Amino acid sequence: MNRETKLLKNIDWVAILIYLALVFIGWLNIYAAVYDENHSSIFDITQSYGKQLMWIGTAFVLATFIMLIDSKFFTTFSIPIYVLVMLSLMAVLVFGVESKGARSWFDIGGIRIQPAEFGKFATCLAIANVISRHGFKMMRLGSLCLVGLLLLIPAGLIILQNDTGSALVYSSFLLVMYREGLHGSILLLCFIVVLIFILTLLYSSFVVSIILIIGALIAFLYYRQNRGEFYRLFLFIALSFALLKGLKIWLDWQVSDLRLLLSVYALASLAGIFFIYKRKMKSVLFVLLASWTCIGASIGVNTAFEQLQPHQKDRINDLLGIENDPTGAGYNVNQSKIAIGSGGFSGKGFLEGTQTKYNFVPEQSTDFIFCTIGEEWGFIGCAVVIGLFLALILRLVKMAERQRSHFSRVYGYGVASILFFHVAVNIGMTIGMVPVIGIPLPFLSYGGSSLWAFTILLFIFLRLDANRLQVFS
Amino acid sequence: MDKYSYRKNIISTIVIVVCGIYLVRLFNMQILDDSYQHQALQNSRRIEVQYPARGLIFDRNGKLLVENQSAYDLMVIPRQIQPFDTLELLSVLGLEKETLLHNLERCRRYSTFKASTLVSQIPADKYAILQEKLYKYPGFFIQTRTVRKYNVSHSADVFGYIGEVSQAQIEQDTNYAPGDYIGISGLEKTYETDLRGTKGEKILLVDNHNRVMGSYYNGKYDKPAVVGKDLTLTLDIDLQEYAYRLMQNKKGGIIAIEPSTGEILLKVSAPGYDPQLMIGWDRGKNYHQLESDPNQPLFDRTIGAAYPPGSTFKTLQALYGLKEKVITPSTSFPCQGTAKTQIGPIRMGCHNHESPVNLRESLQHSCNPYYVNVWRRILENEKYPGVRDAYAAWREYICSFGLNRTLCPDFSNERSGSIPSVEFYDKMLRTKNWRWSYIMSLSIGQGELLLTPLQIANMACILANRGYYMTPHIVRPNASTGTRVEKHLVDCPSEYFPPVIEGMVAAASIGTARGAAIDSVEICAKTGTAQNPHGDDHSIVMIFAPKEKPRIAMAVYIENAGFGARYAVPIAGLILEKYLKGDISPEHKALEKRMIESNLIDTPPVSAP
Repeated sequence: MNRETKLLKNIDWVAILIYLALVFIGWLNIYAAVYDENHSSIFDITQSYGKQLMWIGTAFVLATFIMLIDSKFFTTFSIPIYVLVMLSLMAVLVFGVESKGARSWFDIGGIRIQPAEFGKFATCLAIANVISRHGFKMMRLGSLCLVGLLLLIPAGLIILQNDTGSALVYSSFLLVMYREGLHGSILLLCFIVVLIFILTLLYSSFVVSIILIIGALIAFLYYRQNRGEFYRLFLFIALSFALLKGLKIWLDWQVSDLRLLLSVYALASLAGIFFIYKRKMKSVLFVLLASWTCIGASIGVNTAFEQLQPHQKDRINDLLGIENDPTGAGYNVNQSKIAIGSGGFSGKGFLEGTQTKYNFVPEQSTDFIFCTIGEEWGFIGCAVVIGLFLALILRLVKMAERQRSHFSRVYGYGVASILFFHVAVNIGMTIGMVPVIGIPLPFLSYGGSSLWAFTILLFIFLRLDANRLQVFS
Repeated sequence: MDKYSYRKNIISTIVIVVCGIYLVRLFNMQILDDSYQHQALQNSRRIEVQYPARGLIFDRNGKLLVENQSAYDLMVIPRQIQPFDTLELLSVLGLEKETLLHNLERCRRYSTFKASTLVSQIPADKYAILQEKLYKYPGFFIQTRTVRKYNVSHSADVFGYIGEVSQAQIEQDTNYAPGDYIGISGLEKTYETDLRGTKGEKILLVDNHNRVMGSYYNGKYDKPAVVGKDLTLTLDIDLQEYAYRLMQNKKGGIIAIEPSTGEILLKVSAPGYDPQLMIGWDRGKNYHQLESDPNQPLFDRTIGAAYPPGSTFKTLQALYGLKEKVITPSTSFPCQGTAKTQIGPIRMGCHNHESPVNLRESLQHSCNPYYVNVWRRILENEKYPGVRDAYAAWREYICSFGLNRTLCPDFSNERSGSIPSVEFYDKMLRTKNWRWSYIMSLSIGQGELLLTPLQIANMACILANRGYYMTPHIVRPNASTGTRVEKHLVDCPSEYFPPVIEGMVAAASIGTARGAAIDSVEICAKTGTAQNPHGDDHSIVMIFAPKEKPRIAMAVYIENAGFGARYAVPIAGLILEKYLKGDISPEHKALEKRMIESNLIDTPPVSAP
């Protein structure tokens, strides 16, 4: 058996078939989304569907090229590739052109390339390199700092380009790290932080603080099993706050209610510390620390939120229904939901979607391509697309697990996590379950950079996987 | 295998759970919740109303009287407006800046992204200029509407007019939307449901900028507009026009009916006005002017006015006398003329004529004492226990002649007139013991009687038909439109009619109505003079011809024209001649000229028809 036939036999054709199916679905739906009777040929190169075909063709060339490269190339050159891409991310800050408020594009002879898209596979390679090193222990502070640094560099550079959405993708590496030994509580903590974040945006810090203090009191009751203490503490906080509030109105103090509440809670906490000192109650200390951390996080989020770009603020507010105005900030999500919801069970048919075709949905060929699928192919179409993604991600997890090389396994999980993040956020935003974050749906959204980047990301892993039997480490 | 490999299951579970949540959400949005479907339709479909052409109106000879013409409304979609050259638009439209801004504000309040009427019924010349400049004003467009076009300059009271529906009408009837036209008076109002047709709709697909992208399912769900039904009138428009010429500078009403069918041949309310005044650019101003005209051109003097019938009423009194057998054709009563005749407790004046007179001569001379005597016999008839019972029987008989009720369902503004009831007199006279003499005025058609000229013309029909009338109507009924024409028998057998008709022949040939005589046609007529406390008496004639097989029955009522013989009779004669002969004979040309030229009103009407 020669080398080529062995390669062909070891390639994971299931993943490639799913990839081809998704790319084809994407192309059809881009055609439907921007369909215009004057340019009805799907091959018309002046239209985005014609261009997408060009991107697909070149992506196939890229994929073939990657399959022909020796897999050792990627393990050996992972760090140089990472450095190169990071340099290009810096270069785009200087030489890039601006589009929709983000300076994240190189314009090379009319063709626009977005280096941020390529940051994903480069970071994935670098992370795989670092984690697969001999003697690497995830829960060591040094290791965490190193991995964190590798993630924060591209994320930071992309935030500097004013493209927060693309930067958030790097948080998906938490899943990779979890697989490689990150403590489960950190994943849980992240979940809680997201929850507090959403609570804070929905309600004011004052209300969130009240909720947290009541939560702390209940936790206190749970640990102490003493109702008398609970009632006394509760009355103390409530009455002191009422007293201070009265004084505030009477003396016309210029302080917020939040500060008054926190002062009262600080007093209560002091009493708690006294308790701990005298009776050595570790559980009370935990409750106190946890509640103050959460309050701090809530205020922090609120403050950070004030720093966000107006359109980002609007997008986050959209999801939480804070400014529910169909012609204002919530317009995009509202129209997107109308388009998908009106699709029904089997959709309106190819090219029959009025909402996407007549531009009610914004960005309908890029970030909101899922609307066209939902409207024209209905629930069946959505289920097929979600099913294909689910199959691909699970397949990738399965493939990662079968790798003998640690590098390949980490890289495989990286690919799966990045795809999962994109799919979850992109589809989630079109159906109004996630804030509108402008990231593409992998393989389906219009755009050369995105398609190329995802193709490279996936095919490097397919290349590594094809070689899995020859690597021992 | 490393110790964390179990975590692949946790990670896989997370992925599966998220995908599962999304599928549940999609199932809910796409299959369970249909509100998105409605919103999508609302987004992308624009329903354009297709206005049907209103039904046409023809006269009895098929002449087109009322048709449609295009009018141009300037529409605006406020959201699409961009800053524009206000001065130029104002000068093209000839509008005040305040008016434009005020209208614009009104449109904006209605909707910023739906079209509403900014200026309605722009004249064709202004439209031509505007059309060329419109490209400079995004958000503005012209909507073509159809309004009425009249081929005659009179008879506005018959046609009525159309105008924009009121808010109350929109709420009552879902067929109407703001800005739609509806019949406001006349036939336009009565036959609104026939004339308006059915609105159609065209469903268009629009994009997010409300630009038309194509038709919805290639027009499969479009509904074409259904043109309104045409009306054919029973009017003879040439006769109508001639009558208006005779009536110029006079106030009054003329109504003529074909006795055998009940078809209204002529309906003239003078002064009238040009129906064209009620459409177009200046209609508001015109309406105001007509409304404040002291001669009340908007007042319908044929069906909307009720006057005492005067001596024309004597024909019905004579018929009742004969039917009740209180008189015979040869019964005579003396008359002392202007010297006043003593009858029981009262004295009744008359004009001087031979005495005594029998029934025929009483009608020929319109003798008042004769009918006072007849009245006394009617009410003191021993058949009845008392005067009140006799009066009740008389009233029932008289009402069968189409009095005290409306006659023609084609008009909504017809008055019913009044024949007072027994109870009315009980109350008025403050006793139930009243005598015949208390209500003596009724004998000669004065007093509390009120009849419309239509009712007088209908009386002429009953006399012409010797005992019945057909429902008077002005729209010729066909399978789908028009009123049901019924035969109404009056409470008087036909055998009693000939003596009365002989009296009317005498009146027309040698009596009070001889001014209407036409060559070789036997005319039957009865004049009347209704006392008018405000000025000269009203001049009335009730007439039909020919005596045998009558073709036309008519009432002519002219305000402040003195004796019936002075104006009403010659005008009636000329109209009869025109209708029956087709032209006016040379010996009547001078009379015709005098009638046309005579002026009985001080202020000339706004628009001489």
